[in-house]
Amino acid sequence: MEGFSYKNEWFGNIKGDILSGIVVALALIPEAIAFSIIAGVDPMVGLYASFTIAVTIAFVGGRPGMISAATGAMALLFIDLVADHGLEYLLAATIVTGVIQILFGVFKLARYMKFIPRSVMIGFVNALAIMIFTSQLPHFEGEGCIVYALVGLTLAIIYLFPYLTKAVPSTLVAIVLVTALSIFMNYGIRTVGDMGAISQTLPVFLLPQIPLSFETLAIIFPYSIALAIVGLLESLLTASIVDDMTDSDSNKNVESRGQGIANIITGFFGGMAGCAMIGQSVINVKSGGRGRLSALVAGVFLMFLIVVLGNIVIQIPMAALAGVMIMVSISTFDWNSIRTLHLIPRTDALVMVVTVLTVVFTHNLAIGVFTGILLSAVFFVSKISNIKVDSKLEGSHRTYFVKGELFFASVTDLLAKFDFKEKVKSVDIELSRTHIWDDSAVAAVDKIVSKFEENNIIVTVKGLNEDSTELVNKLANKLGSH
Amino acid sequence: MYKRILLATDGSEHSKRAAENALTIGKCNSDSKMEIVYVIDHDKVKSDVLSNWNTAEIGDKHKSRLKGIEQMAIDSEVNYETKILHGEPGPAIVEYANKNHFDVVVIGSRGLNGLQEFVLGSVSHKVAKRANCPVLIVK
Repeated sequence: MEGFSYKNEWFGNIKGDILSGIVVALALIPEAIAFSIIAGVDPMVGLYASFTIAVTIAFVGGRPGMISAATGAMALLFIDLVADHGLEYLLAATIVTGVIQILFGVFKLARYMKFIPRSVMIGFVNALAIMIFTSQLPHFEGEGCIVYALVGLTLAIIYLFPYLTKAVPSTLVAIVLVTALSIFMNYGIRTVGDMGAISQTLPVFLLPQIPLSFETLAIIFPYSIALAIVGLLESLLTASIVDDMTDSDSNKNVESRGQGIANIITGFFGGMAGCAMIGQSVINVKSGGRGRLSALVAGVFLMFLIVVLGNIVIQIPMAALAGVMIMVSISTFDWNSIRTLHLIPRTDALVMVVTVLTVVFTHNLAIGVFTGILLSAVFFVSKISNIKVDSKLEGSHRTYFVKGELFFASVTDLLAKFDFKEKVKSVDIELSRTHIWDDSAVAAVDKIVSKFEENNIIVTVKGLNEDSTELVNKLANKLGSH
Repeated sequence: MYKRILLATDGSEHSKRAAENALTIGKCNSDSKMEIVYVIDHDKVKSDVLSNWNTAEIGDKHKSRLKGIEQMAIDSEVNYETKILHGEPGPAIVEYANKNHFDVVVIGSRGLNGLQEFVLGSVSHKVAKRANCPVLIVK
């Protein structure tokens, strides 16, 4: 059964997969080059990565129809590593990233991704969009009107060409036309060739040239952790999107492991770390891609084009690439989140905004996600620590009704709500609508009981639910009534 | 007179009311057949997945969102089939309805998200304008 379905994932949709793979390959080239330039490495590093990752994922990925390659989210994370230590350290970090991701898959940690709050996920994609946009701004610095005009032209073609036909990806049309125009008019503006060399050769297996020492690991490990987490986050989000588009399920743990294997292989073949791409995967499914074959075709065809057309690729003006990247950032941004910002709970909106701002200031998506999760946790605790105490006086007997969650964050509020000095003979504490979660809560109830007893008031604790009783019995034996 | 009925649905409350009406029409004729279609909008999948990230629906198959309506069809003993379409909802429904020569299209007046509809324009309106058969919009 397993064997049959794997075969089906490969050959269930041959025609659609080949066509969509070609479309994706064409759309991948400008992005792979642009992401390399963002990271400060030669365009070949991103192109090799896109080739090896797409091809490897075709075999070992968990979500057929999803496209993985060099991505902006990852490129943004290792700018400093490349600037401070060079390409070889990036390759080593890529391999370590892969190892971490495989461990993620082996220990089946993918499901914990669902614990990341929605507002943090939205903050993540919005921050990513903003970072991709700002990474393009240096291409405008000190440039003349020609560059601005070409970026505008690129964007105009990208957004208007689909009204003519949707058969050819409009980004490709824009790149071809703008490149042709700039060669023909001889503007003398910066091109891909100025940013690094394009070698028309296949990638080869190489060990990264780094000292195998603890110091090396200390340098690359923080980067690898961030890369592993961000890579999996985007990959699993993309997998959910492809699940939704194709109305089918996928194995997120296999996907985590697959991403890891792909990054290890990529590191050894001179490519930079990558992950799944939302935009390209959507293009793939829209173009009819459903199976593993589509990712394989995308990777192989991309390499073929570079080997054959490398000379033309270096003449693509940076202005055209900047245009494509601006489009990528616009489509990455979750505009729906702006439209609904005033509708969602204020704390959720704040978490989203803080996640985005943290990324924009630290230039690190991983720190942003971590801050967002932390802030959500704080808000959650403060929300559920609201405790309500009502009371009722009958003669010289008072009953307190406690409502809410009793744990370390709510006990201070709880103590303040009892009047220990009141002239009553006996007190009932009704706990049936509360839950005792930890030893702070047990201690607090204990303290309330003993404080009443100090004032010679008879206390009865009532209505503990089963879980709470169990915990109370474990932690203390002073609660008389039970 | 209405034998081939197309029920366009998104699993919302409004589309359940549309289903009730479609089934009423279906019951008039013993050999009538209803097709329940659901459109997956590729351009909205990303924001859909994001806005449902922590909710129970994430990972739900789209088909399972049709369960309630399927049950209604079984209870009223109307022949039915389900069909998932891909693309922009309005045009996808219109194209499917016109290509397969339905006698009537039944659709809810608004979808899951009133706000989105306000921004993006109404699907039922598009269908009513462009379908070549009578369209019943259920309020």
